[in-house]
Amino acid sequence: MSTGTGLTEARQRRVDTGGVELCVAELGDPGRPTVVLVHGYPDSKEVWSEVAERLAKRFHVVLYDVRGHGGSTAPAPLRGGFTLEKLTDDFLAVADAVSPDRPVHLVGHDWGSVQAWECVTVARAEGRIASFTSMSGPSLDHLGHWIKRRAKRPTPRALAQLLGQGAKSWYVYALHTPVLPELAWRGPLGKRWPKILRRAEKIPGTSYPTASLPRDAANGAWLYRDNVRARLSRPRTDARAHAPVQLITPTGDAFLSERLYDDLEQWAPGLVRHTLAAKHWAPRTRPDQLASWIGDFVLAHENSEDHEEDGHAAGRTGGRTDAGTPTTPGTGKGAAPGGPYAQRFGGQLVLVTGAGGGIGRATAFAFAEAGARIVAVDLDLEGAARTAELSRLIGARAAWAEQADVGDGQAMEKLAVKVATEYGIVDVLVNNAGIGLSGAFLDTTAEDWKKVLDVNLWGVIHGCRLFGRQMAERGQGGHIVNTASAAAYQPSKALPAYSTSKAAVLMLSECLRAELAGQGIGVSAICPGFVNTGITSTARFTGVSAEEQERRRRKAARLYGLRNYPPEKVADAVLRAVIRDQAVVPVTPEARGAWLLSRIAPGALRAIARVEPPL
Amino acid sequence: MADQLTSELRGFREVQRLAYACAEAVSGRLGPGVTEREAARMQREWLRARGVRDWFHLPFAWFGDRTAFAGFRIPLQFFPTDRRLEAGMPYILDLAPIHRGFTADVGYSGCLGPHPLHDRLLADLRTHRELILREVRERRTLREIYEDVDRLMIRQGYANRHRAYPFGVIAHKVDRVKERRWSPRVLGFGTQSLKGLASDALRGHREGWSPLWSPYRFSDHPPTPGLWAVEPHLGFRGTGAKFEEILVVTDSRDPEQGAFWLDDDLPHVRRWAEAV
Repeated sequence: MSTGTGLTEARQRRVDTGGVELCVAELGDPGRPTVVLVHGYPDSKEVWSEVAERLAKRFHVVLYDVRGHGGSTAPAPLRGGFTLEKLTDDFLAVADAVSPDRPVHLVGHDWGSVQAWECVTVARAEGRIASFTSMSGPSLDHLGHWIKRRAKRPTPRALAQLLGQGAKSWYVYALHTPVLPELAWRGPLGKRWPKILRRAEKIPGTSYPTASLPRDAANGAWLYRDNVRARLSRPRTDARAHAPVQLITPTGDAFLSERLYDDLEQWAPGLVRHTLAAKHWAPRTRPDQLASWIGDFVLAHENSEDHEEDGHAAGRTGGRTDAGTPTTPGTGKGAAPGGPYAQRFGGQLVLVTGAGGGIGRATAFAFAEAGARIVAVDLDLEGAARTAELSRLIGARAAWAEQADVGDGQAMEKLAVKVATEYGIVDVLVNNAGIGLSGAFLDTTAEDWKKVLDVNLWGVIHGCRLFGRQMAERGQGGHIVNTASAAAYQPSKALPAYSTSKAAVLMLSECLRAELAGQGIGVSAICPGFVNTGITSTARFTGVSAEEQERRRRKAARLYGLRNYPPEKVADAVLRAVIRDQAVVPVTPEARGAWLLSRIAPGALRAIARVEPPL
Repeated sequence: MADQLTSELRGFREVQRLAYACAEAVSGRLGPGVTEREAARMQREWLRARGVRDWFHLPFAWFGDRTAFAGFRIPLQFFPTDRRLEAGMPYILDLAPIHRGFTADVGYSGCLGPHPLHDRLLADLRTHRELILREVRERRTLREIYEDVDRLMIRQGYANRHRAYPFGVIAHKVDRVKERRWSPRVLGFGTQSLKGLASDALRGHREGWSPLWSPYRFSDHPPTPGLWAVEPHLGFRGTGAKFEEILVVTDSRDPEQGAFWLDDDLPHVRRWAEAV
């Protein structure tokens, strides 16, 4: 995968628009649907190179340098040359040049999105835009109304939202000072900017930003000066979108609050939302996910718009014509189409081990309801197949069952290779497979120890090692969830081996979290507690006869049944942990209580450890 | 088996067929916007017009995620609400008319429009019907059978929703009921039937069995002869499906005669046969 600008093989052309020459690059087959990518500030079209490369396999991709940026010439004078009206003229000129007969699919990042919002809400561009994907750039008109509404009714929440965004917008005020920003950009700031981006925004590669950055940034200051004050003080009241809109919100954006888009449905009916665990420059850091969402949205609206002529375009581009929302009604609060889980996990690849039952199966179902693609792994292939089948029925984009013994390193390596080649790189990995083992330490044989450590600890190690490496090598973030247990921090004389394995998982998760944090990969340890699953009826009890083991299994199953904490709630905690990037998540009340005690009164836990369980 | 049925069993079978005919007729009239209350009233009126005067329980109707008893905490939530049926929603009609002194208790699952998940649930109920009959013929205890059904549901990936019924029963006994001119109802249940159940419960308590087929210790006995209305109820994330029909248990030594479904010509059985 190249990390260069990737636009070397692009076809270049220049488009003249009102005294300015725009530098336009094209990739892909011009017969396919046209996707126009518009960059932000301080950037040039190269910010899109990674995404463009991926989209070019399926679409006719067009990028251009905004006036005054990159290879385009600047208006003279600069003041008044960057109004949204003129930027709209530029877009229309480019669209007419590259796709004179068919509307184009518009994608904007940062200021590219701000100007695209203008295009998609003014009447003269109606019919030229088939769809619009917006990220990290609100419409200034919508923003003006957003501010006014909150200033007019300054409830504590509204005030907090206003102040929050106000603080994130510090650079906007700075850019309004005369001359100084230009001096800074052409001087020290311009020189240090690449390093700042790499450090603060974790942007990989060395070829971005391009050498034109100081000029782009200096000229681009006029984007703010020409538009922000004018639009925010007198926002248009008719800024309704005339094309379908998809909004992608990076949750770690340092410049834009997620709350900015709260009222967006009123301006863009049928809005499709996605959230992305990324910082502001998602086109650099998450190109795979963006290309996938953009591609799906384009195809969905290419199919619905012109049935008669899309045969050559959408129909044969990989069979991904099912981009519509799943129709199966879900029950999870966040999983309903459009809910927070669906926004975050729609289309993502999720691998769950131990997915043949219990917490693993419930977790797979919860991700399935959110529209993810599921790989259900279990030793019991029949159980995994069942999970995959039901996952498809409740909204998973796709679901596959795989058989593997997580404790077997070679089998896991084979699985990792197969998953990577056939399904892709895993976005969320849930290392959940585990077995129970109860009985005194002195009754636990070396064989017992090996068995429980193989599954509970080595399973997690292999999962993290193989799939975590794939995630890290892709360099586009991800999340690992390890199922530990409340037994990881609650000692007990009845569960020495099990607790040891789970304590190791907990520590492993926390160490790994520290290691992978720099690569945008989160690691969470889930500590469920007593959950009503099949683990009781397969658990091994050491030091007792077969009948006694059977009796204890039944008794334990009955007690867990009485407790009746459903695995679905644990699954919900897993999804929440991924969205919030939580480190350690005790789930049931007793698990939370023990967690609290472990912090404030570990002696109490040690006392509880001596209690004989009622089996 | 049909020709060997005693006149008594024929009576039960007729009213069970009547109840299923009612469910199918009402199901055909359900459309978008119909409420649960209206659906329950339709069933009541349809059966009243055909001579039903007493009930084991008044008809229930559950729509949408209420088919899986989502969020049910108290028994009053079983009663029909103003929930409206929408396209793509599953529904369950549960009715128990008494006709000429014979009781039926049937459950009918349907869906307004195509719903692949619902189809899957309905198809998977088949194995439960087979499992229950097989294990009753083996004279396993009711509690064991209950647990086996539970395990099968878990393996299938579903939740046991009959657990939500009073006493968590998967089945209960039904019997002949005296026809009275006035038969009031308590919380939707006919007093004559309740009286029958209560006297069975008392007798059973002395003899060590129960007219309720539950997961509890009082069901730890082999199936007792009589008529059992069996109602396994599957739930999966806001979609539920069940069937309910009468299982005849006799004291015959021949397993075939020891237990059999009262009628094999029922909508859900026919659907399975067509699928094959």
